[in-house]
Amino acid sequence: MTSAEPAAVIRDESAGAFDPDLAWQRARSVAMRPEPFGALVYHFGNRKLSFLKSKLLVSVVEALEQHPSVHATLAACEVPEAQRPAYVKALADLARSQMIERRELPA
Amino acid sequence: MTAVLPSRPAAPAVRPDRPVGGRLIDQFEYGLDAPICLTWELTYACNLACVHCLSSSGRRDPRELSTAEAEGVIDELQRMQVFYVNVGGGEPTVRPDFWHLLDYAIDHQVGVKFSTNGIKLDKARAAQLAATDYVDVQISLDGATAEVNDRVRGAGSFATATRALENLAEAGMKDFKVSVVVTRENAGQLDAFKALTDSFGAQLRITRLRPSGRGADVWDQLHPTQAQQRDLYNWLLANGDNVLTGDSFFHLSAFGEALPGLNLCGAGRVVCLIDPVGDVYACPFAIHENFLAGNVRDEGGFQRVWQQSELFADLRSPQTGGACTKCAHFDACRGGCMAAKFFTGLPLDGPDPECVQGYGESALAARDSERVAPKSHIDHSHSGPVRGQPTLLGFPSIPAKLCDESPLAGMA
Ligand code: SF4
Ligand code: SF4
Repeated sequence: MTSAEPAAVIRDESAGAFDPDLAWQRARSVAMRPEPFGALVYHFGNRKLSFLKSKLLVSVVEALEQHPSVHATLAACEVPEAQRPAYVKALADLARSQMIERRELPA
Repeated sequence: MTAVLPSRPAAPAVRPDRPVGGRLIDQFEYGLDAPICLTWELTYACNLACVHCLSSSGRRDPRELSTAEAEGVIDELQRMQVFYVNVGGGEPTVRPDFWHLLDYAIDHQVGVKFSTNGIKLDKARAAQLAATDYVDVQISLDGATAEVNDRVRGAGSFATATRALENLAEAGMKDFKVSVVVTRENAGQLDAFKALTDSFGAQLRITRLRPSGRGADVWDQLHPTQAQQRDLYNWLLANGDNVLTGDSFFHLSAFGEALPGLNLCGAGRVVCLIDPVGDVYACPFAIHENFLAGNVRDEGGFQRVWQQSELFADLRSPQTGGACTKCAHFDACRGGCMAAKFFTGLPLDGPDPECVQGYGESALAARDSERVAPKSHIDHSHSGPVRGQPTLLGFPSIPAKLCDESPLAGMA
């Protein structure tokens, strides 16, 4: 017997502590699947499923690895000033569920 | 008497555009590019004959997908980035290539959670599973005691399931599940289920009894009473964070608060079923031609069915009309489960038969006497007696011992 059940916990965005002054990247064990409204993010290690609810957020997550900090990434992706706190919040949640991870800057 | 089928949801004249932003479930109503709750039933064959089997399983279908075809489906799921499938049946582990397909899926980045009655999970298999990443096991149990369980699942099935649980626990398997369909007979055992599950270090999953497959024959007798639904709701409020429920109980949120889980009917939107012969249905509980979207053997395969079938396109828009949209609880309850309505002969845009506001009961009572609840013509039930047959329906049980010495003993 089986039933319709998501493969993993579905998470929505919410707040959490994380340092946006540091360099981050999409976690190496994470895959992103494009969806009409953004993307589905899947972590092969902890099997968690998350959703990015805007295409801009998808670009931000992909661009993290090219910039020295979250703030720099948001600026480079032209996220409107007023929306930046919400983006930091969304990224903090992704960090908590290990969808994005710290990246060591080359010395 | 004429059979009048409730028609499937009428497509709006102009399909509304997907909104930008908003809640996730509002987005889910418009569908995803690939399912997130894909159930794949590998075979209709089963060693048991549970009275409420959602897929009327028993006998293998000669048209079931071959090993090569099943591998082809896995390749496609990998391409579509379906990261996880729920595998079931029938009893999937009785397919001789089951363990091969499991490895094949895992090697192709398609994780597997499979449901089993435990028949093949001996110590060696348990150790094998414990050593495999990316596989989840779910053992079905519909009573916290043998007495309650075996009445619906058959004599000896409680012992089989608990032996499998012991083997998994002993092998050090992590995160395996005990999966319970809540019935009138076991609704009082939720704490006992939790304790039993905890004792194996497993996680509890409870789901709703839907009138699908053979479940239609016993639904009147087994579906929880209104009082039990209320107790279940309270129990879920207290314990729901540690218990998996899938999309089972969102109709209970009309009691007041939203419960954890997937709170919408995802049929054809985020949910679907691939059945053993490759047919693709909107939901595992909707094996009926009205919800058949195509077959993975068709040109374009599963991807084309998922992304382009007319049926799924029809299902991918929010419900805008019908009695429920006028209900104060509609935003939380969303009118409940499509399959539950369909197989009880209720209109799909009206209340769920188990509507907690009581509208379902009155709708059931007011059903047109001419209208016969639709029945699936897909039935693979065993045609003869089965060892350890369930006793719920009053058939005499065949002692489980009978076949221990010779498969033909006593059957002459
Ligand atoms: S029909 Fe019922 S079981 Fe199927 S997806 Fe909808 S709510 Fe879930
Ligand atoms: S009337 Fe419909 S929306 Fe309201 S509680 Fe009943 S099933 Fe849910």
